[in-house]
Formats: sequence, structure tokens, C-alpha cells
Amino acid sequence: MNQSNQILLAHGGGGTLMHTLIRETIASKLKNPILEKFDDSAILNVRRTAGRIAFTTDSYVVKPLFFRGGDIGRLAVSGTVNDLAMQGAKPVVISLSFIIEEGLPLANLQKIVLSIKRTAKEANVFVATGDVKVVQKGGADGLFVNTSGIGFIPKGVNVSSHNAKLGDAVIINGFIADHGISIMCEREGLKFQTQTRSDCAPLAGLVGAILGRIRNIHCMKDPTRGGIASALNEIAQNSEVSIEIDESEIPIREATFAACEMLGLDPLIVANEGKVIVACPAALAPDVVQTMRKHRYGKAAKIIGRVTGKGKPEVILKTAVGGSRIIDMPYGELLPRIC
Amino acid sequence: MRYLSEFRDGKLSKRVLEAISAKVRALPAGEIKIMEVCGTHTVAIFRSGLRALLPPQIVLLSGPGCPVCVTPTGYIDRAVELGRVPSVTVATFGDMVKVPGSRSNLERERARGADIRVVYSVTDAVKIAESSAPKKMVFLGVGFETTAPTIASAILEAQKKGLKNFYVLSAHKLIPPAMEALLSDKEVKIDAFLCPGHVSVIIGAKSYQSLSEKFKKPCVVSGFEPLDVLQSILMILTQISEGTSKSEIQYTRCVTRDGNIQAQRLMDRVFEVCDANWRGLGTIPRSGLRIREEFATFDASRQFEVNLPRERSDRHCLCGEVLRGIKTPPQCGLFTKVCTPESPVGPCMVSSEGTCSAYFKYGRKV
Repeated sequence: MNQSNQILLAHGGGGTLMHTLIRETIASKLKNPILEKFDDSAILNVRRTAGRIAFTTDSYVVKPLFFRGGDIGRLAVSGTVNDLAMQGAKPVVISLSFIIEEGLPLANLQKIVLSIKRTAKEANVFVATGDVKVVQKGGADGLFVNTSGIGFIPKGVNVSSHNAKLGDAVIINGFIADHGISIMCEREGLKFQTQTRSDCAPLAGLVGAILGRIRNIHCMKDPTRGGIASALNEIAQNSEVSIEIDESEIPIREATFAACEMLGLDPLIVANEGKVIVACPAALAPDVVQTMRKHRYGKAAKIIGRVTGKGKPEVILKTAVGGSRIIDMPYGELLPRIC
Repeated sequence: MRYLSEFRDGKLSKRVLEAISAKVRALPAGEIKIMEVCGTHTVAIFRSGLRALLPPQIVLLSGPGCPVCVTPTGYIDRAVELGRVPSVTVATFGDMVKVPGSRSNLERERARGADIRVVYSVTDAVKIAESSAPKKMVFLGVGFETTAPTIASAILEAQKKGLKNFYVLSAHKLIPPAMEALLSDKEVKIDAFLCPGHVSVIIGAKSYQSLSEKFKKPCVVSGFEPLDVLQSILMILTQISEGTSKSEIQYTRCVTRDGNIQAQRLMDRVFEVCDANWRGLGTIPRSGLRIREEFATFDASRQFEVNLPRERSDRHCLCGEVLRGIKTPPQCGLFTKVCTPESPVGPCMVSSEGTCSAYFKYGRKV
């Protein structure tokens, strides 16, 4: 059948065009027996011993759709997989919803579906169910994606942003602020000599490696919008603790740091999409760091601070020159449509 | 030289701090009040936590060097009214959208459907004007001598391109007259100035020489890294101990005595000096820039007639005193209780370089 090279309103109409689009462009790439049943709901057989179910959802409105280091497809899988992993869950299955703007080149959708396929394979998850809607021109800015995900939390794993304890070490798996800077440069057409790449990545494997070795992890949080400032403040507030971070220990690439300085952005509030902050008993920290460093997404892992007090939620930065200041919860929309 | 890491070096900072302490000990007892004029300095000092590292005799005062903070309410009201004209797009730098006017602000107007765009530079506004003609583009020209030359350049470019739909609403202000007004203010006590780094790139360190000599106050043009600020403070203390008062440059990697002559010429070509109203400081003679008659077709204040509401601002807001260095934000009754970045009452809380915003973000408990 002659395919249009653009998505038309009719592709969302529930008729032949839509079914062809789903089968040929989407399902044929994300091949699995549950998806290919094309039933109204996916039926999952779950073992009784599977553990507690973790369930999450996220929508992706990133602009532009393609950026150095990733695209909306990779982001849509990684983001949802990571939300599950942050609770100590092993992600298993996701749903995939597209809201497509009329006129989106079919080739773009195909690229994005391939990216979803690759990222899902890397994260060891499959797409069980999905949906396609098409809206008129101007209604969706290219493409919006929603993914929901299910994972299972093994017995004995109790990871939550409410669990940080006095004395815990605070660890991050690598360089901050790359995603936000990459998006900003792409969007504003800024061409620095060194082009920053988004760190967008599914972290289920990294988290699995950590929890496989060290069960007593208290907290994990992925610092997405609002950067590590937001994530650290959430941990501080939810656990009611004070956290102290050492500015000179925070890993940041020179190029990203320079871009932040030039653009007047505080790297602590710039978005990440492949980072995890871990809080664990101090004695276990070196082991956590070593485990992270053996993994491709943890090579630059470092201890960046510690939980120093209980009862008063705040995050303090010890600056490189020996001073200190608050790291506040960032306010408002620093960079819209970052994820 | 790695400008970012070396100017934040912990060991070097310690040595400069020791030298500062030694100089302070050798001076007569009493506070040494240094005004850091520029909002970017206020933020830089907070971000590195310098205040607490300095000896207690050194008091750093924040000044009126935040262009958004000193923009009067009437200007915002005018921008709001312009935004309500259907054939007008208003383009502005980000901070301006949240500054409260008498009845509304640009952020709210945008949500109501006004075409208000945030741009990173005036060249973006010129591009929008070109591509969306005949829709009129009004750019909010708010800033000091750092931005004025780029706005001047944009007006000249618009003229060259024959654009009939590009306008600037100028609220540009000049720093040295404001410094002089502060020194003439009986309520204000300043012993020395940390002069703005980037304004000085344009106007040169020579611009502070006469006020330094007239009022006998040391002036040092400082960079923004922690070590820049520390070295500048040391240079100020050296002047005080030697009894000299002159304009010196610490930020030698960017600033010269004469400044950027071409930029100065550009400003002079398009703008003329006029009296200007500064929020909190009142009208300061010859402290603003107005578009010259020759470029009247680009002057939004001449080309648009708007009805302005009666000017109104919260009488409990102490932005005026904060901008003059007489009060600090914690001394304002509204600070953190009513006035916060989410719901700002005055512009000092809105601007990313505003003193109240800096105190709120970085200095609340430290």
C-alpha cells in the first residue's frame, strides 16, 4: 500500500490507515506476542512471588524531538524505566501512547520507534500496549509521548526518598547538567566548540547492579527537571534531614560548566536524564561507588556529600572557596519542554 | 589559564582572606562598608558564600545595579498597555515578565493572550520583527551600559533594513550618575565601591575617577569569580590604608582604562543622556538614555499613545531602601512572609540579580 510520507489526521481515525500505521511502523518494530494480539488490554501473567508492583507514568513533550545523545523515544523509555528503578523495582513492561501532530514526517516517527525499540531492549522491557492519536496542525508541536510502566520490587528492598538517615553518604553516578545544556544548545542554535551530548539513558541495569550487591540502599532519586538541586531538596524534605554537598566533588564536564557560565545557568538546577542520586550508610558508600564505576553509566561516580542533620530539611553547599550557601528548590520554568 | 577553576581555588582564597584579615587588623576599628553596585556581584558573592568568610568589620552592601530592579512601575504599566494592543508583539528579557506593575504584569498578560515573547538578545527581536511584519515589535530596552550598545546597534540595523515595525521602549540607565547620587545621599554610608565588571568593559575604569577623587572613595573594578572579589577587596583595603582614592582595575583580563570606544560611539550615535527615574532612588539627573530625535521612528515612547493606570505599589515594600544599601532584605517585613520568588511584591525579588532574590535563594539561613 502506498504510504503517505507524512502523518495525516486520518491516521488517528481508527480506520485502515491507523491500523496500517500501527502494524507497519510501530508494532512490527516492537515485536512481542502480547503487543501483537492487538487486544483492548494487555493481559500479563504475574507470578505470585513476583513481589510488590511499582507503577508509574510520564509524558514527554521535549522540544526538539531529536537532540545530541537522544530523542523523544529514548527519553520516553528511559524516563519511565528510571522512575521504576528509583524505587528499587525491576522494570518489566511499558505502555506507549503517541499524540502526533498532523504533518509529522513519517520518517521521523520511524526513527523514534526504532529508538524506542533499542532503548527498550537495553532496559530489558517490552511494550505491551499502546495508543495513537493524531491532532490537527498546531495541536501537538510534532509529537507528544506518554509511557506508563510496571516493575516488581524484590523482597527486602525498601528504597524511598523518605528513607535518608543521619550519617548517610550522598552519591551521584556521573556528570551533571549535560541533558539540559544539550537541549538548550539545540533549541537556541548555540554552537559551542565542544558539543554537549544529553546523558539520556535507562538506568535499570546500573540500579540492578547496585541492589544486587548492596541491599541496604536508603534512597534513590533521578535528578531530572530542576537538576540535582530539586532532587536533593525533595530527599531533604521527604526524609526531614539536612544534607551537605561539597561543590568541588560534584562531577561536571568542563564544556558543560563553561556553557552554564556563559548562559548564566546554575548547573545544579539544570536537567539530567541519566543520573541517579543514592543515599546509603556511609560504610557502604565506597562499595556503591565501585559498583557504579564498573557500569557504563557510572564511570564518573562520586560521593558528593552527606546527610548531616535530622529534623530541619535543608540542603547546604560547601563552596570551593570554603564558604557555604543554601541550595534552594528551584522556582519556576527555567527551560521549558526539557523532557 | 583556566578562568573558572583557578579563580575558585580554595587554597589561594585562604591566603587572600588571611591578607585581608591582616589589613583589617592594621586599620582603625570600625566597619568598612563596601558597596558592590552590580546585581551580578551580589549573586556571585552569595553563591560562593564569601560574606561569612570575611572579617566582620567588612560589610558588603548591595546596590542599585540591577536594571530590572530599578525600572519604575510606570514602565511596566506602559509595557502591559502596549501588550494589550492587538497589532503589537512585546519582546523582553526573561526577568521582566514577572515584575509587578500597578495592576498586572507581563506574565499574566501573556496568559490572557497578549503576544509577549522572551528573547535572549535584541537581535532575536529584530528577526521576529522582520519575519512577522506588519505586526509591530516593541522591544523592552532595559539595562545599563552593557546592553545599551547592542540595542543601539539593533536600531541601526533596523534602519539599514528599512524596518517600519521595530521599536524600542528605552529605560536604559547609567551607573556612574547613580553612584554619585548615592554618595550625595545623607542616609547612605559607603566607604568604597566594588565597581561593576561588565559595565566597565564598555565605559572603562576612567568613568569612576572623578567621583572617586571628589568623594574620596576607593573604586575597584572587579570580576565575578570569588578570587576576583577577594582581590578587589584587598585592593580597596590597600587604598584605605594608604589614604588614596582612585579608580583601579582588578578585572584586567576584560577591563581597560578607556573601555570599548566603538561601543561608546554606538551608544552616543543612537542615544542621548537624559534625566531618569530610578525605583527607590527617585529621579537622578543625566542618568538615563533616550533615543535621539533622528531615530524617533524606532522610539516606542513617541510612536504609541497608551492610557496608563494610576501608579501603585505596595507601601510596605522596602525595595527602595534595599537598592540604596540602607536596609537588607531580612529587615523588610514582607521578606519571605509575603514576598517570595513565587509571589514577588517588588522587583528586587523578581530579578535573578535582585538583592532580595539573592538573599532568598542563597542567604536565608546562612
